[in-house]
Amino acid sequence: MFRFPARLVGAAVAFTLAAAANPGFAQQLELKLMAPAAPGGGWDQTARSMQQALVASGVARSVQVTNVPGAGGSVGIAQFVNGAKGDGNQMMVNGFVMVGALAMNKSPVTLEQVTPIARLTEEIQVIVVPANSPIKNAQDLAAAVKADIAKVTFAGGSAGGVDHVMAALFAGAVGADAKKINYIPFSGGGESLAAILGGKVTAGISGLSEYEGQIKSGKLRAIGVTSEKRIAGSDIPTFKEQGIDLVIANWRSVVAPPGITPEQRKTLSDAVEKMVKSDAWKEILKQKGWEDAYLSGDAFAEFLKKETARVTDVLKSVGLVKS
Amino acid sequence: MMDTFAALAHGMAVAVQPMNLLYALIGVFLGTAVGVLPGIGPALTVALLLPVTYKLDPGGSLIMFAGIYYGGMYGGSTTAILINTPGESASMATALEGNKMAKAGRGGPALATSAIGSFVAGTIATIGLAFLAPWLVDVAVRFGPEDYFALMCVAFVTVSATFGDSPVRGLTSLFIGLTLGLIGIDKLTGQARLAFGVPELLDGVEVTTLAVGLFAVGEALYVASRRHHTEEKLEPVRGSLWMTREDWKRSWKPWLRGTMFGFPIGALPAGGAEIPTFLSYSTEKRLTKHPEEFGKGAIEGVAGPEAANNASAAGTLVPLLTLGLPTSATAAMMLAGFQQYGLNPGPLLFAERPDLVWGLIASLFIANMMLLVLNLPLVGLWVRLLAIPQPWLYAGILVFATMGTIAAKPSVVELSMLAGFGVLGFLMRRFDFPIAPVVVGLILGPIAESQLRRALAISLGDPLTLLQSPISATLLGIALIALVAPFVLKGLGRFKANED
Repeated sequence: MFRFPARLVGAAVAFTLAAAANPGFAQQLELKLMAPAAPGGGWDQTARSMQQALVASGVARSVQVTNVPGAGGSVGIAQFVNGAKGDGNQMMVNGFVMVGALAMNKSPVTLEQVTPIARLTEEIQVIVVPANSPIKNAQDLAAAVKADIAKVTFAGGSAGGVDHVMAALFAGAVGADAKKINYIPFSGGGESLAAILGGKVTAGISGLSEYEGQIKSGKLRAIGVTSEKRIAGSDIPTFKEQGIDLVIANWRSVVAPPGITPEQRKTLSDAVEKMVKSDAWKEILKQKGWEDAYLSGDAFAEFLKKETARVTDVLKSVGLVKS
Repeated sequence: MMDTFAALAHGMAVAVQPMNLLYALIGVFLGTAVGVLPGIGPALTVALLLPVTYKLDPGGSLIMFAGIYYGGMYGGSTTAILINTPGESASMATALEGNKMAKAGRGGPALATSAIGSFVAGTIATIGLAFLAPWLVDVAVRFGPEDYFALMCVAFVTVSATFGDSPVRGLTSLFIGLTLGLIGIDKLTGQARLAFGVPELLDGVEVTTLAVGLFAVGEALYVASRRHHTEEKLEPVRGSLWMTREDWKRSWKPWLRGTMFGFPIGALPAGGAEIPTFLSYSTEKRLTKHPEEFGKGAIEGVAGPEAANNASAAGTLVPLLTLGLPTSATAAMMLAGFQQYGLNPGPLLFAERPDLVWGLIASLFIANMMLLVLNLPLVGLWVRLLAIPQPWLYAGILVFATMGTIAAKPSVVELSMLAGFGVLGFLMRRFDFPIAPVVVGLILGPIAESQLRRALAISLGDPLTLLQSPISATLLGIALIALVAPFVLKGLGRFKANED
């Protein structure tokens, strides 16, 4: 009878010590994280990186990643909103592309239904031309677009994605009619790169990291990036520096299901915040070349609303979404 | 050239380190296992292993990934041959003749020719990767939309090889496939077509779902329906279990020709593995000395496509290593693997980390060798599968097919499609329509359409762009000749006959 409580005390002390050393331990989070895309893409990589960082930093005990591919995330979000409602242990990765995809697919489920948690990363976008192109800078391209917009062909990713929206915004920013842009969607960077290198299109649009190798090796010329300020150590000017108001980034974020309690929301937000501040996450960002774009709480909810409105407007203006 | 040899020798030294050999072995084993299961492709396997390998050294885990990739290509063909269930779409052409051979008791030689053919093709293609990569990639990026469209035209002309006896029935099948190919979001305008408001249909029909439904489920239904008519007895082995001298003689040329199709097309950013397998199949059908055997189990029809399949896997690594361009889902995962170690594949990788690149290439040789050693002894074991009583075997196939489909896309819609395609496959068998053209239509249709529209959008609607590119003009010429030549030859034959 004497030993029993003593052992319990010992165990309790050990538990407390472990919990103190490892702040996430007490919560024992077991999360499910949905990547609404096939393995290999940006969302899948984000989800798997989160899995790695959440576990490595001790925020969660286990994280299970599921892939629900389909239609720019439309299939995944429908399943998430209906299937995970009120579940405080589930989250879904999403991003810019989903905003356009939901609008174009007339999805019955919208981003207003999910509970925003945080924006995590963003990738700066770039416009490139082949090295032997007469276009030297953003103003040259602007002049070409203004002269005859149909003749300027842009190669980029899927219709309605960030590259397409950016082409329309560029045309709008230089005072041309965005409705008339000649945008040619390719599936995947490989195909569009071939079209750009082969001089088949005027310009290419993509995430900066995708074409960085070609830019450094001199096969492609970057005529502008879409960040607010020049990237540290980079010699590529921003569009803003060149007098064109074009700021856009391919952001990725994480959201929770609808119908969770404020406490559950806080638990998830805190977990994500701890993860973002962990060394494991910083290491991953460096490896993948993702910019830290952490934005949480109401600020993120506000951002999501604004971005949805902006993207929907652009897609309407280019005729991809019928109003 | 000498530099390449020296670098390769150095790479060999890296690859034969015991730990790296072990990684390669684990890789090919896992790859073969997942290749056998339809649905769980190599891409998913690499994705699952990525976090696990975080702590390993970069060389070792990349070697393992390459092993999975090659192993997956091997494993897919085993089920295609034995139970008519292609593990991935690239082994569909293999199923055409391979399964017929298995049913005729020649499953052993079919598996052997596919294993050895894969080895030969993989080895030659890896040599190609080592020596031609920088040059080949320059050619590959010159391929524009109009050139891809012309390549698709060549592929379309050769589809007729899979038609069987009646061109009308063949064309009907092809058009079913082309129609299925229209389903989903239009790539150029982002608008949904034939999706009827079902979100799962927005991405189009999955090739593996269609292939598994038509081939495996359809076959099971058909066999069940015929059970009381004829008691068909499968003999697992008739004649030799191994390849005879005749088999060797008939296999080696298709192996080489398959490699010639697979490697360069695999290196194209939008080439893929399916197209070379079909080009190889139809070429073998045209060139064979035993045309009467095609459709009944001709060994050439297994040897060629299998070689093409594996050669294209090596081809995919050309743009990945030289440009950092992933052109398949597995390659995309491998790219993620590179990035995990802070490595950026591309023009600089060869210069910055030669030990890694050449170690990887050298380990591909070793992975190939291991796959051969792993697979040949298994042939005897595999063919015994066919001795299982038919009701059990086909029930097993149904379970297998369903499981694979759910693993790839866990959705009711996908499963309903599988069942629907199964019924379609049954009806087509019952009324004697060829099945392969449906799948070919689904693969080629969407590519041909979007590439043509891209080409026209770039040329501002001028169709002459198709003839202005030399690559496109040449390919269209080949397609035209392939289309017209049989008729002309037939006409000449008749002309001569009249003269007599």
